Amino acid sequence: MLNVGSHCAIGGLNIDFLINIVLLGFLVCTALAIVFTKNLLASAMLTGIYSLLTAGFFVVMDAVDVAFTEASVGAGIATILMLSTLKLTGFDEDPARHNVKAGLLAVCGVGVLLLYGIVDMPVFGSPTAPVHMHVAPHYIYQSMAEIGMPNIVTSVLASYRGYDTFGETVVVFTAGIGVLALLGASNHVPQSRVAPMSQHIILRVVSKVLIPPIFLFALYVQFHGDYGPGGGFQAGVIFAAAIILYSMIFGLDTARSVISQPLIRLLSAFGVMLYGCVGIVSLLNGHNFLDYSALAHDPLHGQHYGILLVELGVGITVASVMILIFFNFASRVDMVQEEQ
Amino acid sequence: MMIVVDVVSWVFIVLGTFLCFSGSVGLFRFPDFFTRLHAASVTDTLGSGLILVALVLQAGSEWLVTMKLLFILAFIFLTSPTSGHALAKAAIHAGQKPKTSDANEAS
Repeated sequence: MLNVGSHCAIGGLNIDFLINIVLLGFLVCTALAIVFTKNLLASAMLTGIYSLLTAGFFVVMDAVDVAFTEASVGAGIATILMLSTLKLTGFDEDPARHNVKAGLLAVCGVGVLLLYGIVDMPVFGSPTAPVHMHVAPHYIYQSMAEIGMPNIVTSVLASYRGYDTFGETVVVFTAGIGVLALLGASNHVPQSRVAPMSQHIILRVVSKVLIPPIFLFALYVQFHGDYGPGGGFQAGVIFAAAIILYSMIFGLDTARSVISQPLIRLLSAFGVMLYGCVGIVSLLNGHNFLDYSALAHDPLHGQHYGILLVELGVGITVASVMILIFFNFASRVDMVQEEQ
Repeated sequence: MMIVVDVVSWVFIVLGTFLCFSGSVGLFRFPDFFTRLHAASVTDTLGSGLILVALVLQAGSEWLVTMKLLFILAFIFLTSPTSGHALAKAAIHAGQKPKTSDANEAS
């Protein structure tokens, strides 16, 4: 085997440390580039790069689940949604600038305060940091016996902290409702004027080859989340990305005829409802809200069923809200063109 | 046997890094959009592809890792040239003309 890994030391420096320094350097450069770019298209792309670098940073820290979420949500779908917003607003920054000096002063003030706050923090990676002394040991030592999932992150996210994750799902659902209320008010959907890209034969053939594996991968991420990195959030986003790719290549009208809009709206609510219903069923069985041990005779089986259902609810809501937001933004472009 | 695999992987890694490096130099130094795109897609496809091949060789008996790397390799070989193609088409569509030499323009 090559002598590469955390054991490799160059001049007394750990290779992880070097990778961290390089990644942080890239992060700073990207942040500065975002600040100084006038073109909004370029800054949207740079924000995606920033998210991807952060994902790399999380991988170095062994937080693969977080890295996966950051890569798929931050670098993937957020960039697509930002680009479809820019299609509506135009690519140029508003030349009317606000007070630059006051902003700089505020940023410097907050920066000094943050640096002052660092002084009191425990050393990076210190095992005696408060965050490692509180509930973390319980999760690490007991979760296999209590939940029975190899991936502790999934046990924490879906079971121990199920209530928080329920809140996050509701936030995603609320975002979908907000976009619908602002953009999707009228039921009149104009014919898409944006020509589909299906006359580009290479794009069409390659995307036809790629879309089924992307769906398959989304399902793998969804149902393998108990054993490896992944879960409802990432799976939902990947699923939505495949459908967005389809509608970009084959046109919005084709995609609309495949995916019915009322069904998607219904599904986005259904996911949240599924999550809440799991909690209510455990309440009715005489346990706490979202205590999945109530779902089966064997508490471990109950936890497995509960986490499966809850993750499914998250996945359905996230996927349908992302598709909803994209479709509404895209058809807004057509509406604006129709008005002109 | 191990040493052969190691040497071959080193060769692939060095080749891949060289292509990545030369691709990024080309991205800065080439005169117009299309030549820059050419440099960038070499980095994307062959540079990362060769490094992945080296990693496959290093994965050894861990077949799951090997298969995952091969999937990534196939995905990159499909998507990178396609995205390069799409970028070039979009550039032509937006009115970018390839920069030709003066001799060609005169004829």
